[in-house]
Amino acid sequence: MSHTLAAAGHGGTNTDLIAEETMFWILAVASVGAALAMILVRRAVHCALMLAVVMLSLATMYAMQGAPFLAFVQIIVYTGAVLMLFLFVLMLIGISSADSVVETIKGQRMAAALAAIGLFVLLALVIGHAAIGPAPPANADNGVNNLTGLATLIFTTYVFPFEVTGALLITAALGAMVLAHRERTSPKPSQRDLAARRVASGQLAPDPSPGVYALHDAADRPALLPDGSTSELSVSETLSPRDPSTEPRFVPLGEPVPVTAASDEQSGEREAIPGRADS
Amino acid sequence: MSPVHYVALSVILFVIGGVGVLVRRNAIVVFMCIELMLNACNLAFVAFARMHQNLDGQVIAFFVMVVAAAEVVVGLAILMAIFRARRSASVDDANLLKY
Repeated sequence: MSHTLAAAGHGGTNTDLIAEETMFWILAVASVGAALAMILVRRAVHCALMLAVVMLSLATMYAMQGAPFLAFVQIIVYTGAVLMLFLFVLMLIGISSADSVVETIKGQRMAAALAAIGLFVLLALVIGHAAIGPAPPANADNGVNNLTGLATLIFTTYVFPFEVTGALLITAALGAMVLAHRERTSPKPSQRDLAARRVASGQLAPDPSPGVYALHDAADRPALLPDGSTSELSVSETLSPRDPSTEPRFVPLGEPVPVTAASDEQSGEREAIPGRADS
Repeated sequence: MSPVHYVALSVILFVIGGVGVLVRRNAIVVFMCIELMLNACNLAFVAFARMHQNLDGQVIAFFVMVVAAAEVVVGLAILMAIFRARRSASVDDANLLKY
């Protein structure tokens, strides 16, 4: 099994020079552009997508440089697991959470730009002075024997860091559980308590579902009451601040139902309302 | 391609990640920028491993990935705890320890 994987890795890295150069420039432009977009776009979800582009580009570069194992780990662990974790937390916190653009510290952006230029010049000088030799082709040592070579190194030279890594992972899992755990401050309500609470609230039935009698049954369409007015109860509280302008048109029986183009246009307008995403 | 190109690209990505950490105020985006910096380091490690014709750089990059995964788990858990208490994911709002 490992032999076939290593052979596949070798096949993936055996590119000739021109192909590698072309690939490098395409991937470099893509990753730098995506990284710039990542720090420029305001929405956190778009940042996550841009980060995915950067990670996939880097995974391809690992494969080009004779590291097929790292390429797959990059895709599976980073793009698959870490980025999904980011997206999970984003969904928990709120999809529309975006940065506000006001500076709380005066001149922070200018200072950040200066620091970035300074860091870039420093690192560029270091690279310019370092003796970085020419690249040998990604040969058999790096290709076919990549998996076996990595395994040998991890379990011989680096076996102690490897064990420490295991301890770190266990600690991280425990820490995440402790941090995410919430102590219950009040006793758990029983079914009897819930029933009493429901009766005391005056509403025995569940809330009306969205879209009842409206033209759409989308989750952000409030239900229509018999008199044609909308029921605020039927829309989730997290959805209602998005579009205060939603007014489902009540169509009496016998009249032609308007085509949905108008409502599509309306939803397009809703998308374009600026400033509603400030957190 | 010379490793210089790859190292230069990793420097550029690292600096962009650093700017993101300094400028952005949504804590999740700050975390993503830290991930970007770690990825840039990994790219340099892999380039140097190829230059020196041994696999030590790749092993180190592998360890960096593991540590980054652990860091993300704990960091996001802290973020969730803060969000539960403050109803905000902005790094400006978590300032109770200042006074």
